[in-house]
Amino acid sequence: MSKAVVDLPPKGGFSFDLCRRNEMLISKGVHPPSFRKTGTTIVGLVFKDGVILGADTRATEGPIVCDKNCEKIHYIAPNIYCCGAGTAADTEAVTDMVSSQLQLHRYHTGRESRVITALTLLKSHLFSYQGYVSAALVLGGVDITGPHLHTIYPHGSTDTLPFATMGSGSLAAMAVFESKFREGLTREEGIELVCEAICSGIFNDLGSGSNVDVCVITKGHKEYLRNHQMPNPRTYVSSKGYTFPKGLTEVLTTKITPLKEKVEVIEGNDAMEE
Amino acid sequence: MNSIDATIAEKGLMSSEMGSERTLYPYVTGTSVIGIKYKDGILMAADMGGSYGSTLRYKSVERLKPIGKHSLIGASGEISDFQEILRYLDELILYDNMWDDGNSLGPKEVHNYLTRVMYNRRNKFNPLWNSLVLGGVKNGQKYLGTVSMIGVHFEDNHIATGFGNHLARPILRKEWHENLSFEDGVKLLEKCMRVLLYRDRSAVNKLQVWCLFPFVTSAFYPLFS
Repeated sequence: MSKAVVDLPPKGGFSFDLCRRNEMLISKGVHPPSFRKTGTTIVGLVFKDGVILGADTRATEGPIVCDKNCEKIHYIAPNIYCCGAGTAADTEAVTDMVSSQLQLHRYHTGRESRVITALTLLKSHLFSYQGYVSAALVLGGVDITGPHLHTIYPHGSTDTLPFATMGSGSLAAMAVFESKFREGLTREEGIELVCEAICSGIFNDLGSGSNVDVCVITKGHKEYLRNHQMPNPRTYVSSKGYTFPKGLTEVLTTKITPLKEKVEVIEGNDAMEE
Repeated sequence: MNSIDATIAEKGLMSSEMGSERTLYPYVTGTSVIGIKYKDGILMAADMGGSYGSTLRYKSVERLKPIGKHSLIGASGEISDFQEILRYLDELILYDNMWDDGNSLGPKEVHNYLTRVMYNRRNKFNPLWNSLVLGGVKNGQKYLGTVSMIGVHFEDNHIATGFGNHLARPILRKEWHENLSFEDGVKLLEKCMRVLLYRDRSAVNKLQVWCLFPFVTSAFYPLFS
């Protein structure tokens, strides 16, 4: 196997040299920047012919919803997709990285990628960062050995399961799965169950909301149903539309400051010469 | 000599002042309680486990008890605090009976009393470490409410405490409706308790289910799954 596929930095992990400085700054009252998390409900289940992944579409920055319709189902390979919960930058970066590593691997081997390859790449990366890369993933796909569904936790542990949920809404979604899942679901039943679980997360968890994304992967075929269900439409739209004619805003005061142009001419011919 | 006596006396005084007896953490705990209103009254379910930290110490703890003629209380959290609450309620009902005036305390009144008790204790930084579910039927009126250990109280058609908040509430919100029959209500409770048994580490497979219509009945279910 060529060395180009697995490319870890020589020591691995983060360097914590600036931690003392950061602590000192926080004690002086400096606020660190808040980061974008995907509050999230993500689910996956194995059905008769393959794997179905589902996710909500709300991204939060602390208490604020910063993106009402983000994409949490990431592409890894034509037959493998991955849902990500946790810090949005971490999930995107880690899935993009593994996706490009797998592409190179496909060129090298000439074969379709396997789900456990993606799993091993992701888990060894996350483990080497000891949980500081805050990415909780649900990885699913169908390869030559059959359909697979895995969960990957930020510290690098993995589970292989017939149905899985992650994220802040995972308990609400798991309640639905634990009461309604059975082996050998058909495609329609599977999609309905996934949508029900995500809706349970959307309506019962504050970190999840907006729409439902679904991705169905079967042998040789995948279907990415973006916004498959939109249970939170914007209901009030003004019938008159939102036009603001001139003169609508009341002008209270006017102050005009003329800007005088000041041009300095530099004497000497060497100004532009190197 | 004087100084030694003085210090001993001082120490005696000091220790009684500094000897704090406030609840800091729970020891023997019960897990979730679920209650729903159905067509004819109230249904409540709780499992019969008492955990001592991560050990499943007691397997026949009754966490649902009838109060007076009209109400039923269920508690999750510290079992000893629940027993204390039962003593308070016993006294309350006793004084009510002593009036002998034909009136009896209904679920709304008991709920209010409990709210005041819990809130008062929280204000003294010595809480009763419980989440209580209070249900009852009086004069045909169904009532189902909850009080938490800090005094948060409200009334609703379906209540869950502890882990049930996260696992059972989504199911109840979806599947509860106004005219549940007795059988459907029990099935719904059983569904919730089953999910809790799967996913709550302190759940046991022995349930206590109480039903309140005009009569108070009880069933002990072993749940095998």
